Amino acid sequence: MECPKKMVELMHDYLDGEIRKEDEQLLRKHIHECKKCSDHFYRLKKTVSFIENLSHIAPSSDFTKKVMANLPKEKRRIRWQRWFTNHPFITAASLFLLLITSSLWATWHENEQFSFSKQENLIVKNNTVIVPKGKVVEGDIIVRNGNIKIEGEVHGDVTVINGKKYLASAGEVTGEIEEVNEVFDWIWYNIKRVGQNITEILVK
Amino acid sequence: METFIKQRIKAIKKGDQNAFADIVEFYKDKIYQLCYRMLGNRHEAEDVAQEAFIRAYVNIHTYDSTMKFSSWLYRIATNLSIDRIRKKKPDVYLDAEVTGTDGLTMYSQLADEGTSPEDALESLELQKTVQEAILKLPEKYRTVIVLKYIDELSLQEISEILDLPIGTVKTRIHRGREALRKYLGDL
Repeated sequence: MECPKKMVELMHDYLDGEIRKEDEQLLRKHIHECKKCSDHFYRLKKTVSFIENLSHIAPSSDFTKKVMANLPKEKRRIRWQRWFTNHPFITAASLFLLLITSSLWATWHENEQFSFSKQENLIVKNNTVIVPKGKVVEGDIIVRNGNIKIEGEVHGDVTVINGKKYLASAGEVTGEIEEVNEVFDWIWYNIKRVGQNITEILVK
Repeated sequence: METFIKQRIKAIKKGDQNAFADIVEFYKDKIYQLCYRMLGNRHEAEDVAQEAFIRAYVNIHTYDSTMKFSSWLYRIATNLSIDRIRKKKPDVYLDAEVTGTDGLTMYSQLADEGTSPEDALESLELQKTVQEAILKLPEKYRTVIVLKYIDELSLQEISEILDLPIGTVKTRIHRGREALRKYLGDL
């Protein structure tokens, strides 16, 4: 019997949707006559329909989230770019802050020269302002980028920016003594000064 | 759709992870389905499907755009599923080429006269039986059958996914179908 082998091949071609017209007719005719082949074909079709009708099984609802959580870290540049586009307000605010800070930095570095408030009785030696022994200085003293040595008396506040103060045992300051050495101190000092000016204006 | 996928892939190649979430969302059902039918276990299927997406992301630079992206994804998922099958302790495969083992009694018992296949499939028991029959296929037949019937892919696509000549794919599908007929034809 040479029928089954070729016929079974044609059955599969049929199931693949790739059978030629004349072969299909041949197959139909044969199945009509041959009980064995008709049975075989019926079982194949049934099998295919079983598999095609398997129900759809869905993945877990947090599938995508879990995949994303397990990806290696992405390029930092992209992450920042997205972050900036997603948070325009914070971006603008931080840009503003950045500008302010950089301008403060610039001011801070501009003032690197030694300077001090000119007052009577002050002596200057190697970037050090000296309040001599037995002398009295009236008013506030401000020294930038230098030190101050107080051996006499100061009737007012003493502020040292970017420098050190030496207070001799005999020295006396009636006001406050302040050393400003860090940028943040300096900023704070500036803010305080602005505050003071405002209160002075208000008081007047 | 194709252009949307292409544009997402471009973004991923530039390093944009969020673009990949769209890809996962779009293909997760199909990839999970494939893994589930290959492995027959929800937990393992979830595991392998996720791994497939992670591999795709990591190796996105090796993706060659002359190939369909879905085919590339299917290839990764298929290979990972086969790896997983091989790692499991070997099941007793009933080789598809063995002839004359029709009518396994276990399946014959489930035979239900007079109902159409569609009606019968409503029974969970039958769903289980069909899945078990798929799992009995040796992996080379199981792969082609799953790709053809679960995801309704063309022979051409299957040949691309598995990097096999169409003739080989056809032969495997025929043999896989014959083997399944032996397990399921009597139901």
